[in-house]
Amino acid sequence: MTDIAFVRSEMATAQPAPRRVSGMIAWLHKNLFASISDSVMTIIAVLFLLWIVPQLYGFLIGRAVPPGGTVEQCRVENVGACWAYIASEIEFFTYGFYPMAEYWRPNIVFAMLALIGLPLLWPSAPFKIANALLFFIVFPIASVILLSGGMFGLRYVPTEQWGGLLVTLIISVFGICVSLPLGILLALGRQSKLPIIKTLCVAFIELIRAVPLITVLFMASIMLPLFMPQGTTVDKLLRALVGVTLFSSAYMAEVVRGGMQAIGRGQYEAAQALGLGYWRRMGFVILPQALKHVIPGIVGNFISLFKDTSLVYIVGMKDLLEAVKTKNDAIEWASPTQSVTGYIFAAAVFWIFCFSISRYSRYWERRLNTGHKR
Amino acid sequence: MSDVSPVVVDRDIDTTNMQVSKTEVAIEIIGMNKWFGDFHVLRDINLRVMRGERIVIAGPSGSGKSTLIRCINRLEEHQKGQIIVNGVELTSDLRRVDEVRREVGMVFQHFNLFPHLTILQNLTLAPIWVRGVPKAKAEETAMMYLERVRIPEQAGKYPGQLSGGQQQRVAIARSLCMNPRIMLFDEPTSALDPEMVKEVLEVMISLAEEGMTMICVTHEMGFARQVANRVIFMDQGQIIEQNEPEAFFSNPQHERTKLFLSQILH
Ligand SMILES: Nc1ncnc2c1ncn2[C@@H]1O[C@H](COP(=O)(O)OP(=O)(O)OP(=O)(O)O)[C@@H](O)[C@H]1O
Ligand SMILES: [Mg+2]
Repeated sequence: MTDIAFVRSEMATAQPAPRRVSGMIAWLHKNLFASISDSVMTIIAVLFLLWIVPQLYGFLIGRAVPPGGTVEQCRVENVGACWAYIASEIEFFTYGFYPMAEYWRPNIVFAMLALIGLPLLWPSAPFKIANALLFFIVFPIASVILLSGGMFGLRYVPTEQWGGLLVTLIISVFGICVSLPLGILLALGRQSKLPIIKTLCVAFIELIRAVPLITVLFMASIMLPLFMPQGTTVDKLLRALVGVTLFSSAYMAEVVRGGMQAIGRGQYEAAQALGLGYWRRMGFVILPQALKHVIPGIVGNFISLFKDTSLVYIVGMKDLLEAVKTKNDAIEWASPTQSVTGYIFAAAVFWIFCFSISRYSRYWERRLNTGHKR
Repeated sequence: MSDVSPVVVDRDIDTTNMQVSKTEVAIEIIGMNKWFGDFHVLRDINLRVMRGERIVIAGPSGSGKSTLIRCINRLEEHQKGQIIVNGVELTSDLRRVDEVRREVGMVFQHFNLFPHLTILQNLTLAPIWVRGVPKAKAEETAMMYLERVRIPEQAGKYPGQLSGGQQQRVAIARSLCMNPRIMLFDEPTSALDPEMVKEVLEVMISLAEEGMTMICVTHEMGFARQVANRVIFMDQGQIIEQNEPEAFFSNPQHERTKLFLSQILH
């Protein structure tokens, strides 16, 4: 059978890769008009955009009353968004009923959050440990002293007067910082060999997950005072903080547990065989991998936590959304688009924060990708 | 049956440091039994390993070889009998378990490197956190062992970027960084492509040449012949036969052993 014998006489030399089929037309063809149904979809989508974009533009910009406008301008027929209303109430949306003369105090807190918090999110920023100590110890204490006052000659401002974005940020930053570690502990507890710890953690997680946040907030409102000595009242903001954080930590625990289940037995065994004790095994080997697997889930929880802060009106706090709702009824800006504009503004603020969180997590996912798993 | 598989390395083994102690016991297993639920997986195991011994454990799949060596560093718990490692008896006392694990290195079939850490971090993690070695010193030691397994240039990479043979050599180096007195190997080469088997076996041979006490579960009979001073054959959770390699291969006694050898040595 000589015809199947083959010996290569000349080695094939490496060729340059074929030129990418590029150019505008090729792109359009490939992505928009590849088939008849694609083309129909494309045309429908384009028609929809042609219809919606001018409307949106007209409402948000074209016919809108810019900041600095008057309420009369907002009352004309067929008016767009009343940005003048937002601009004139922006302080209430930011600080709630916080006394105007003391605005500098929350402002310092915002500045500290940006100056201390943001570098912590940036991996190559220096002095990580000092930065973390500042953020997790000094920043909360300083913020409480600054915001509530009553010492160092600062006027006392009860938390009932805090509001707006200030409250939204306080609750969400606190919730995010505390619910993740708490959730990790709950997840570890749920896998514990000790029956008491395990049962407690399972009971807590399943109880919290089985009820809506509103109920948890009510419970925090009603139950917390029961655990306190007679006569003491529990601060409303504290109730909101506890409620939101516990709620989120139960969900976090399940996300973390999911990540831990994706880690093979071999990883636990290798760590054990090296003599690493339980906490080091978890802290250095299992959790870093488990958390990495579930970054999207963790961030999803952060985002829902951020949005869920708007439910704290249940315990009587005026967060950003509640502040907007309050002012939407204000007579002095009564106009056809007043409340729509208010809600658009609130939605935009929420969107900016949530979208940033989401983008930031994508960045970490890419950064932590150490290649092939084994 | 006299012609066993070829030697692993084409050189004579340097036996200067390969003395087996006559007096010092490294591992003592007395009347040990283990069950998985109702399944009696290890039955009446008695084994004394002297300091400096190189033992190869062979046997058909499911015979309990892995389970036996995993009992030695208590990755598995035994229910009856005694296991004494370096003079410390393994009980449910966690401190003793940790004491034993510090002195016993283990290499797994699937390497089990920590994928989120670099090679260097894989090697220094346990010395720093278990032995309390300063970071700089731990890194120095780690580089020395990477040099020994001949991949110092991979120190900054992640396990996923290495070949199987390289990963297994890193796993061996990782165990060595803890400066163990006993090394356990559970089929260290059976997940590797043939051309990578040799590089791993060479490292194991050089370990033997330094006098390390080793227990290897392996089907590399060439390795057993060149390096082991005792071969143990297991079946159905029991030690069926043990002997010096030469005698074990050329003159097996038990029927099961004969059958097993005829199958793997063709
Ligand atoms: N965690 C476990 N639970 C229940 N049974 C197990 C467990 N681990 C192993 N076994 C069983 O115990 C027996 C011995 O297993 P072991 O892994 O020790 O065998 P082995 O000799 O190492 O086999 P192989 O050569 O395939 O690795 C097998 O029948 C196996 O199914
Ligand atoms: Mg096995």
